[in-house]
Amino acid sequence: MNPTLTEIIRDGLWNNNPGLVQLLGLCPLLAISGTVVNAIGLGIATTLTLLLSNVLVSLIRDHARPEIRIPVYVLIIASIVTAIELAMNAWFHGLYLILGIFIPLIVTNCAIIGRAEAFASRNPVPRAALDGLMMGLGFTGVLIALGALREVVGQGTLLDNAHLLFGEWGHALRIELFPSDSGFLLALLPPGAFMAMGLLIALKNWIDIRLEARAVRVTEPTPSPAESPGN
Amino acid sequence: MRFRTESSPHIIPRHSVGGVMRQVLLALVPGTLAMTWFFGWGVLVNVVLAVLFAVALEATMVALRRRPVMATLSDNSAIVAAWLFALAVPPLTPVWVTLIGIAFAIIVAKHLYGGLGYNPFNPAMVGYVVVLISFPREMALWPAPETLPQMPLGLWQTLQTVLTGSLPAGMDWDAITRATPLDAVREGLVSGRTVSELTRSPVFGTFSETGWEWVGNFFLLGGLYLLFRRIIGWQIPLAVILGVAVPAGFFWMLDPDQFASPAFHVFSGAVILGAFFIATDPVSASTTPLGRLFYGAGIGLLIFVIRTWGGYPDAVAFAVLLMNMVAPTLDHLTRPRVYGHPRGGGPPPGDGPRTPNA
Repeated sequence: MNPTLTEIIRDGLWNNNPGLVQLLGLCPLLAISGTVVNAIGLGIATTLTLLLSNVLVSLIRDHARPEIRIPVYVLIIASIVTAIELAMNAWFHGLYLILGIFIPLIVTNCAIIGRAEAFASRNPVPRAALDGLMMGLGFTGVLIALGALREVVGQGTLLDNAHLLFGEWGHALRIELFPSDSGFLLALLPPGAFMAMGLLIALKNWIDIRLEARAVRVTEPTPSPAESPGN
Repeated sequence: MRFRTESSPHIIPRHSVGGVMRQVLLALVPGTLAMTWFFGWGVLVNVVLAVLFAVALEATMVALRRRPVMATLSDNSAIVAAWLFALAVPPLTPVWVTLIGIAFAIIVAKHLYGGLGYNPFNPAMVGYVVVLISFPREMALWPAPETLPQMPLGLWQTLQTVLTGSLPAGMDWDAITRATPLDAVREGLVSGRTVSELTRSPVFGTFSETGWEWVGNFFLLGGLYLLFRRIIGWQIPLAVILGVAVPAGFFWMLDPDQFASPAFHVFSGAVILGAFFIATDPVSASTTPLGRLFYGAGIGLLIFVIRTWGGYPDAVAFAVLLMNMVAPTLDHLTRPRVYGHPRGGGPPPGDGPRTPNA
């Protein structure tokens, strides 16, 4: 049975989130989430790639022979990523230099080939596009949450270097919460990324358990006072 | 006649967990007092603060996990972890660093993994490594053992320094702190001087700097007490010390100008404390006799390697954590032969159908 459009949206953003549930694409997720701006930059690039690759893969889904479909998908994804890389180099050069190798590495992000293979190759274009967009936004959301957490704990700021993304007025976005020389260095180092990721996954699971418990309580209504004896 | 039958276990251990930990705490006292003598009140202040934080956090975590609070607290393991942490950090460490380290030790390294008995890593060392790599500046402020008597910080001044993170007026960090002997030798070798040149300076005693080697001796005393009471086995401490001394001795004989002597390595930094008190943690260490020898030797070798070629002057915490990862495999590979069974497990020879060749 095909998922409804609401289900596609909910899957991408929460239930089947690439970062928190599928745990795909952890390499850029953990390496680039040091600051919010880096996270937004990589998130946008990944979302665009997901959207375009899902559309293209869905378009050729009846023509690509099953034996060679994976190399074809990889070629499509690589072409899209190359285009995005060139675009970022042209318009967001500072950010491009910071993200470095992790932009070309989007090609190997298994969240993208995973969606191409599992969803886009079996669904019509509009649905595939919606799925790509929602998965990308879900991934970006996790990146930004992780980036905010690590940036605040690690160097005491939020939206540092925002001018790389938004132009000159971005300097005004920088929020300094405490002087950065006493930051918690571990949060900026790779082990801190793993720990923060673990905490985010734990938080997601905890919210799910709470929601489930509430749903059970709603579907099994307790006897109302009017019906209970002695009233 | 009726024999009374009991179900297993038939051999009841002589020590409860709380009792073992009490003995460890007792054995830590002489070394802690020696450290206080050489490095000032800060050592005791750190121990008290760390223990208070640890007990409070342990109680909170146990309550959150809906376990019996008093029964868990009475195993004293949080106190031991906090005490070891407090000995590892410099005596004038600001209070918030201690709090972060203890929080990581108790919450992340211990209770997120399931509490005492389930933690794969030594909690005290996890806490120490977290603050060591996060706050390198604060972790380098070791007071010099011989300058402290010249301008001693009183108990009240020490408490102020620890709580506010800044020294009383008229004092300067540069005046009262200096490189530890391991730091000094490391920096000296990098800048092209020889070991004999470095150790000729008057602050060095027989093997290492006077204060440091005496602290080591008193921890050794406590460690021998633990050995004597059979709280710890002889394998890990011996293997750690040999694991440091043998490679250190080898390289020292090759080139005594570039490599410090094995005695310097053993009596500097935290090797003695680590060998007897940290590496022997019953939860995260290897449990088989042979496995303990490999485990200890691995820690010793890693300490020497990281000290000599690594990025940090001392390495006991890193070595212990790295070998903690190996401990389950070591246990698996060095299972002792169970009486009546062939080596490596399997059914006893008399059991079941025999193969013709057996």
